[in-house]
Amino acid sequence: MNNWPLWEIFIRSKAGLNHKHVGSLHAADAEMAVQNARDVYTRRNEGVSIWVVESKYITASDPDDADPLYEPAKDKVYRHPTFYNLPDEVKHM
Amino acid sequence: MNNHLFNYTLQQADNCLILGQRLGEWCGHGPILEQDIAMTNIALDLIGQSRMLYQYAAEVQGDGKTEDDLAYLRDAWDFKNVLLVEQPNGDFAKTILRQFLFDSFNCYFYEALKDSNDEKLAAIAAKSHKETLYHLKWSADWVLRLGDGTEESHERIQSALNELWPYSAEIIIASDADHDAKTNGYGVNLEEIQSRRDSKIEEVLEEATLTAPEDTFSHSGGKSGTHTEHLGYILADLQFLQRAYPGNEW
Amino acid sequence: MNEKQLEDHFNEKIDKDIRIEPKDWMPENYRKTLIRQISQHAHSEIVGMLPEANWISRAPTLRRKAAALAKVQDEAGHGLYLYSACETLGIDRDTLLDQLHTGKAKYSSIFNYPTLTWADMGAIGWLVDGAAIMNQVPLCRASYGPYARAMIRVCKEESFHQRQGFEIMLTLCRGSKEQKKMAQDALNRWWWPALMMFGPTDADSPHTEQSMRWGIKRFTNDELRQKFVDVSKPQADLLGITIPDPDLKWNEERGRHDFGKINWEEFYNVIKGNGPCNKQRIDARTKAWEDGAWVRAAASAYAEKRKSKQQAA
Repeated sequence: MNNWPLWEIFIRSKAGLNHKHVGSLHAADAEMAVQNARDVYTRRNEGVSIWVVESKYITASDPDDADPLYEPAKDKVYRHPTFYNLPDEVKHM
Repeated sequence: MNNHLFNYTLQQADNCLILGQRLGEWCGHGPILEQDIAMTNIALDLIGQSRMLYQYAAEVQGDGKTEDDLAYLRDAWDFKNVLLVEQPNGDFAKTILRQFLFDSFNCYFYEALKDSNDEKLAAIAAKSHKETLYHLKWSADWVLRLGDGTEESHERIQSALNELWPYSAEIIIASDADHDAKTNGYGVNLEEIQSRRDSKIEEVLEEATLTAPEDTFSHSGGKSGTHTEHLGYILADLQFLQRAYPGNEW
Repeated sequence: MNEKQLEDHFNEKIDKDIRIEPKDWMPENYRKTLIRQISQHAHSEIVGMLPEANWISRAPTLRRKAAALAKVQDEAGHGLYLYSACETLGIDRDTLLDQLHTGKAKYSSIFNYPTLTWADMGAIGWLVDGAAIMNQVPLCRASYGPYARAMIRVCKEESFHQRQGFEIMLTLCRGSKEQKKMAQDALNRWWWPALMMFGPTDADSPHTEQSMRWGIKRFTNDELRQKFVDVSKPQADLLGITIPDPDLKWNEERGRHDFGKINWEEFYNVIKGNGPCNKQRIDARTKAWEDGAWVRAAASAYAEKRKSKQQAA
């Protein structure tokens, strides 16, 4: 059990923005993962907040399911504002 | 020139430079990439602190010298760092313990120095204190991991503790400059720092299942320029180019 | 989908410049080639720390010392990003390091040359990082997502490295007689190895075609090498030092520089392990890793103990 597990690192680059995946690293525990993330991924002032999650706990969608998962959303054009025609006089809607 | 203020600033500048130099030796040789990077970050902070302090010391000195004149053109007897920081890296346990003994001073030192009546020192302290809070967290965490990790790591860090303990107290023994700094309000009260530092050390060692030696003997001499043999070698390395090619720009 | 359909789908994505992601189907050879290429690059970063780390303790000013530390540290970071990218292909870092330590994996042969004077810090930044950047920028568009993303990060950080190297050279070249001599000597020693960094001639790189097809290589070795020569010559002129190649001259007709023949015998010899520092570099990396074993074990044991304590509570 000498191999430190892999962690996925998410960083909020400034207040108000989402945490974004930036990469991964190894650490023995969560606390160390946060410290390592600070040392590795924020050396140039890239962050104000860090999330870490052990890589094995990430569940990802299966790329083979891409069609059933994402295709059906493509033709739902009525979900987008441009689908609706309004007269030019109506501004700011 | 205010000789005491100059020496007081140098004391701390030299501590930071020499420890930064030592930590820099790890770069490329750390136990795992992530920690290699962490150690270099701390080295960079310490070198940054030393530069601010040397710049200020040069200003206090007032004869047109630079940070590099102070770092590169003084001999060992002019260096005022404590003996602790010039101790060799040894294994990772020794480096960690040396770091922890220093950080547990440095962090409280800067915290108190923020109240200095010398604006420059107060400003340097404010910036540095934030850095040292992280250093102390990092080194204390590692003392815990090694102390309460495996049997081997416990033995290694216990033996580092035994070896370095006699070098741990010098930093809180007041020099002339320390006395002057406290009396005139530009420096800190070392007694207050000692009590905070001692309880921090006690707390961490206990949690790490480590035992401090009972012998209270303390080496000293660094603050007045009497060093261990190690410093000469550090300076030979550090100052080589400036000494071999005097007066050049780099 | 059967193998053939999967492969067609994969090729279609490559053609459309759609990135391949870790869980996507990919040809076994693509995976293997990527692992080899990315890990070689990662190894180069961490072995590459050593020749420069050599001069951290002797950096001639505090400003240079800080820059040198930051630069070598960045290389550790780059190694880490690349190992991470490699791990997404289903191989862990420990295995990759083992391949490095046992000589199974290669790294850039340039790092088997010694850093003998301070000017080498300048020459490495200027030439070696310069050559590396030229190689790496096109890889920000590599077809494998995690690799391309790692390279974007690497290239962003890398940009200060070459500048600090060139600044060191410039300061030396404007300095004393000895300093200028130091700079010229460094150029003499690093020029040819830097040209070799782009790898064998196109005629001798059997994998180039496939790698370009897969979008994990964007220009050929010779194209990049030529570009590097063209960019470096005026920089050397600006520094006032001479590139050690009597055949280097501007070819009006081609609109590019002609340059002398590379000593490929030396190149293959260094790759085989006979460079001045091969053994020293691998020994240093192996020692760091082995000496760190008890540290890593301690942290794991401590984490384990804490977890069980928390569970018990």
